[in-house]
Amino acid sequence: MTTRELGHDAAPRVSFFNDPKIRGYIYQFVVAAILVGFIAWIIGNTAANLAAQNKTTGFDFLWKTAGFDISFSLLPWTRASYYWEAFLVGILNTMLVAFIGIIFATILGFTIGIARLSSNFIVSSLATVYVEVIRNIPLLLQLFFWYFAVLKAMPAVRDSIMLPFDSFINQRGIMVPRPIPDEQFGFTWIGIALAIAAVIALRIWAKRRLEATGQRFPVFLTGLAILIIVPTVVFAVSGASVSFEIPVLERFNFKGGLQIPPEFAALLFGLTIYTAAFIAETVRGGIQAVNHGQTEAAQSLGLKENDRLRLVIIPQAMRVIIPPLTSQYLNLTKNSSLGAAIGYQELFNVFGGTSLNQTGRAIECIAMVMLVYLTFSLLTSMFMNWYNARVALVER
Amino acid sequence: MQKQLVALTATAILGLTAVSAQAAILDDVKAKGYVQCGVTGGVPGFSAPDSNNVWTGIEVDFCRAMAAAVFNDAEAVRYTSLTSQERFTALSAGEVDVLSRTTTWTMSRDTQLGISFVGTMFYDGQGFMVRKADGIESALDLSGAAICIESGTTTELNAADYFAANSMEFNTVVFVDQDEVVKAYEDGRCDVYTTDSSALAAERSKFANPDDHIILPEIISKEPLGPVVRAGDTQWFNLARWTYFALLEAEELGVTSANVDEMLGSDNPAIKRLLGVEGDFGTPLGVTKDWAYQIIKSVGNYAESYDRNVGPATPIGLERGLNALWKDGGIQYAPPIR
Repeated sequence: MTTRELGHDAAPRVSFFNDPKIRGYIYQFVVAAILVGFIAWIIGNTAANLAAQNKTTGFDFLWKTAGFDISFSLLPWTRASYYWEAFLVGILNTMLVAFIGIIFATILGFTIGIARLSSNFIVSSLATVYVEVIRNIPLLLQLFFWYFAVLKAMPAVRDSIMLPFDSFINQRGIMVPRPIPDEQFGFTWIGIALAIAAVIALRIWAKRRLEATGQRFPVFLTGLAILIIVPTVVFAVSGASVSFEIPVLERFNFKGGLQIPPEFAALLFGLTIYTAAFIAETVRGGIQAVNHGQTEAAQSLGLKENDRLRLVIIPQAMRVIIPPLTSQYLNLTKNSSLGAAIGYQELFNVFGGTSLNQTGRAIECIAMVMLVYLTFSLLTSMFMNWYNARVALVER
Repeated sequence: MQKQLVALTATAILGLTAVSAQAAILDDVKAKGYVQCGVTGGVPGFSAPDSNNVWTGIEVDFCRAMAAAVFNDAEAVRYTSLTSQERFTALSAGEVDVLSRTTTWTMSRDTQLGISFVGTMFYDGQGFMVRKADGIESALDLSGAAICIESGTTTELNAADYFAANSMEFNTVVFVDQDEVVKAYEDGRCDVYTTDSSALAAERSKFANPDDHIILPEIISKEPLGPVVRAGDTQWFNLARWTYFALLEAEELGVTSANVDEMLGSDNPAIKRLLGVEGDFGTPLGVTKDWAYQIIKSVGNYAESYDRNVGPATPIGLERGLNALWKDGGIQYAPPIR
């Protein structure tokens, strides 16, 4: 009986270039070299052509005075601000509309998606009509509609519609009183933070107790009570007060208060309504993807209607919903650049438009704008992937 | 696989060597058979399509004059409608051969954008338009008013300067496209619409009730508007510049599209030189020696173009003012052709 030691076979003698491993490396190296060369050529060629056109290049313009006005800005802005400040203002304005838009679109989208599955004929057909109409009209048209058609229907400043609580609505936007908390209000913030911490602790405790004893605890109602009562009590005890700055009509427009310009309102409206239609379809698809057998199984375990949805259907549906939902969030963020068409001063308008034109640094400005959108998108993706990993099917 | 790789590498190497050698613009234009002209999206009197969808206007006439000089055919022009944001990029990328689009000549544009201003076709200044019903009489009353502006313009910067200089509250609504600016003003989003005063008059002529709007007396800036070409091509720049001068020279010498054939027999040496009867000024420009004759024959002189497009007899109704010839009290002046 002969024994052979495994793994000690001499490698078959092949020529150097026929070794699949080495060939693999060579190919990869060649492809990488071509890619690097190609990129270097593009950069070199661009620089050479720009120089041939006598164009000044570089990022030094960021430290020059911008000289134009940005009327909707989360940071203090004057005509003497620098271009890099314009860049920041643009980013913040984009983030603002994208963030609020994502929240609203999610709420509206989930509502309509669930409504489409309603057994009530009227509710489900209304939801179907909404989805089919909204998602089949280009977003830019919808934005023009919300901006120009709705704006036209609004009254002039002097004929503003009065709303309760000293709020007004007219062609210049929506004006509401601005709350101005006094110094004592700081305690209320602490109260809110404590209440949130308490609710999280309560949830963990309730889950442990459920697993240990099988007894249930009404976390939602108790949590809501804590969230309302604790800050209210702190507010009353600390003796804080909130005053309101009320918008007042002046020569041309209301002054003071919190003013929401129509450009922002129209863009937010348009993005929310458009994206909600897609989210609704995603949600409907996700719920329908859960096999009906799951519902029957949950029923046979004796779970109540609510628990069936919360513990069995939704967790499984979420696995299907999250990835396409992520791309809807990304779309919304990127679509916010259409705000330039209706005068909302988001990143593309402020930096890819005005700044680019005033400085003539087309490549620099566009590259910076693209980098920002890329970063936004990658961050959103990262967050949603993390969330997806949490809800994904864990195979045991 | 290896063959593909070789092909790929070869392409890459070819690409590396093929760094674009810039050909002369005039040769390109002659080869393609037309002048590509960058214009506005429609400012009546300057560049706008008429009811038959034919582009007309004083700036369109400049492009037609260049085409007449190059091809003896004023219709050999194609138009690209550009927003104020796109215009310089489109010009330096070579999408248009000449930009004739209410563009203000400023130092930074002339020296930093890789473009060259040909001259001042139209001396203008920035003004404000408001609704008559608002009872505003001076631009100094505008503190806190909402102002509609086109983005990426000198207008945007001048207005910011003016409001800062007079410590007034400045409140703008900025659009990329001029049409949206005007629409927003008409719909009442803004109290004020500001741009070059000639364009204000032009836009007002399009309103349903032009008399409901007034242009305030203040002119807050110098806006010399002129055609622009890419920097670095002297031949094309010269052709553009002398096309503009030929229009002025023809007016000064009294040569019009109606009498140009008659003028060929004129005894005036200046007219003889202009029309190519005596001497040859066309060949050094890269065109034929009767280039100016062709321009005047098909487009007319500066005065004809002005009166036809923006003059007192048109709905825009602008007096010559600064744009009159130097000998008539204006500042339009052409160096002699000799």
